[in-house]
Amino acid sequence: METSREPMTTPVIQAIDLVKYFPIYGGFIGRKVEYLKAVDSVSLTIHQGETLGLVGESGCGKTTVGYLILHLLKLDRGNILFKGVDVSTLRGHELQKIRKNLQVVFQDPQSSLDPRMLIKKTVGYPLEVNGIAKGAEVVTRVKTILSEVGLDEDHMYRYPHEFSGGQRQRIGIARALITGPEFIVFDEPTSALDVSVQAQILNLITELQRRHGYSYLFISHDLSVIKHVSHRIAVMYLGKIVETAPKATLFKHPLHPYTRALLTSVPKPDPGKRHSLEVLSGDVPSPVNVPSGCRFHPRCPEMTEVCRQDEPVTVEVETAHWVACHHPSTKNLERSNQ
Amino acid sequence: MDEPLLQMKNLSVRFFTYQGVVRALENVDLTIQRGEIMGLVGETGCGKSVLARSILRLIADPPGKIMGGEVFFKGEDILKVSRKRLREIRGNDISMIFQEPMSSLNPVFTVGNQMQEVVILHQKVNSLQAKDICIQMLQQVKMPDPEQILSKYPHELSGGMRQRVMIAMELSCRPDLLIADEPTTALDVTVQGQVLTILDDLVRRLGVSVLFISHDLGVIAQLCDRVSVMYAGKIVERAPVWDLFAAPKHPYTHGLLQAIPSVDEERDPLLVIAGTVPGLIQPPEGCRFHPRCYRRFEPCDHVVPHFREDKKNHFVACHLYGDE
Repeated sequence: METSREPMTTPVIQAIDLVKYFPIYGGFIGRKVEYLKAVDSVSLTIHQGETLGLVGESGCGKTTVGYLILHLLKLDRGNILFKGVDVSTLRGHELQKIRKNLQVVFQDPQSSLDPRMLIKKTVGYPLEVNGIAKGAEVVTRVKTILSEVGLDEDHMYRYPHEFSGGQRQRIGIARALITGPEFIVFDEPTSALDVSVQAQILNLITELQRRHGYSYLFISHDLSVIKHVSHRIAVMYLGKIVETAPKATLFKHPLHPYTRALLTSVPKPDPGKRHSLEVLSGDVPSPVNVPSGCRFHPRCPEMTEVCRQDEPVTVEVETAHWVACHHPSTKNLERSNQ
Repeated sequence: MDEPLLQMKNLSVRFFTYQGVVRALENVDLTIQRGEIMGLVGETGCGKSVLARSILRLIADPPGKIMGGEVFFKGEDILKVSRKRLREIRGNDISMIFQEPMSSLNPVFTVGNQMQEVVILHQKVNSLQAKDICIQMLQQVKMPDPEQILSKYPHELSGGMRQRVMIAMELSCRPDLLIADEPTTALDVTVQGQVLTILDDLVRRLGVSVLFISHDLGVIAQLCDRVSVMYAGKIVERAPVWDLFAAPKHPYTHGLLQAIPSVDEERDPLLVIAGTVPGLIQPPEGCRFHPRCYRRFEPCDHVVPHFREDKKNHFVACHLYGDE
């Protein structure tokens, strides 16, 4: 699983120029006063059997990208192609037919399961909604899928509160898998879990992909988790993707100063690699008042005049390595040469 | 070596709930030397925060109760001192930073108001002098424009700034011991880097000892001098940070280190510790880790392992080491 596959066939998901602005109402009569620019022309491609990791700090819009692709939010602009077919304009029945191929696993397994529904109902519900199976057929399918994610068959007669966090997340995964999707969005699936349990879930997620060839969009703020599961990684900052590259390339030759800062500020579990973790000053600016030019310029150590004025264009620096920066670094990260 | 700053002996804490008695801490020993940063690492629900809170007697009673043990701070048993003396110790000698800075700051008072209150209460100064001290502390935590910050309300600050205000506030009375309970867990990674650097820098400069609690082994490795690993209400291993990360002895510590995905190397699949953390109402007999341990053998399920020194300064509670 080292390099990303060549696009032999049409990609499973192609998102082109997605834009989502959330209006902020205010003032005396509640007019729209401003816009929160959550996602500002984001494009990404995900191939068959591939995991694209989407990493960024809180509030950068990574979850919104996931929801836009799944049609859980309405696009302001842009197109989403599922296997070459534009699905962004579909409505009603047409949309529902597509939807069973697109599934999601949410961050908090506590709040994404209905506490009053038996696991059988929770996991089997997508089958009924999508008209895939009924009655006894549902039960057999639920049994199969539960054992697939490492739970027992008789777990289906229990309620969510009887499970631990890790098991609940397995139920969430089972519910996503039961319609036989081709593409799954994982929205921070392990950030509510402990390390020892997180490892179990991550192994399960990669194992399922190997067995069934699912395509994933894996959203996380944790670089080490992203690195573990992804083939390619996209780094997001304030509503824009600033760098996309195959995993190995991104970690060896990060080009965008923000990517480099992210990589160095992860505390490594090795006292031999102590170094200053302070690489960036300041906080992430609010997505309501986005800085001019390059959005990263107020925090960037390599900022020049041009960064303040012009927004950088995303260019392909080497094969499959895209970056949006006026001064992409050419030096390797020292750390990688040890 | 001199007498340690804090010495906890045989501390046991239980919570009496409707479901049963939760044995949150069982016979825990912990020492903190002057000027050192002691890391305390463990998973959710293993008792890290209970340990931290019981040092300052912050356990709500009922349902919690400190069942036994001693906590010597500079030769004085905190568990036995009067309420009045306890108030003097809190904030003056020992102070604490909590995980979520928003909930430890009062939303209806300005930052300056809250900071000055602490300073005036603990040091005999008037409000003008207190303001100076606050400004000085805010400069030390690298807050831009401290005077402005003093007149702001907590909601006007970002998470990282709030946590820096907390650090400034807690260190303004020059305590001997700072208890930091997951101070960076709620922060983004680049902001976490800033806060950790400031904390590290400041406590080393002021010579404050720290009990640093975290579930993140990365943060522990970057900051601490010694580390204690907790599992299900007990400390299972304690060692200098180098020894612990280079040669972990307890199977749990070993498993924890292997279970983290690494940025530097490829691990596939991740080593997994089977099962989940046990509940503390009926913890497993013998060694509490034995149901999940891949190296368990005969005595593990009925004999409680002693916490013993296996190598110089490297303590471990496991039957694999020593002859018992």
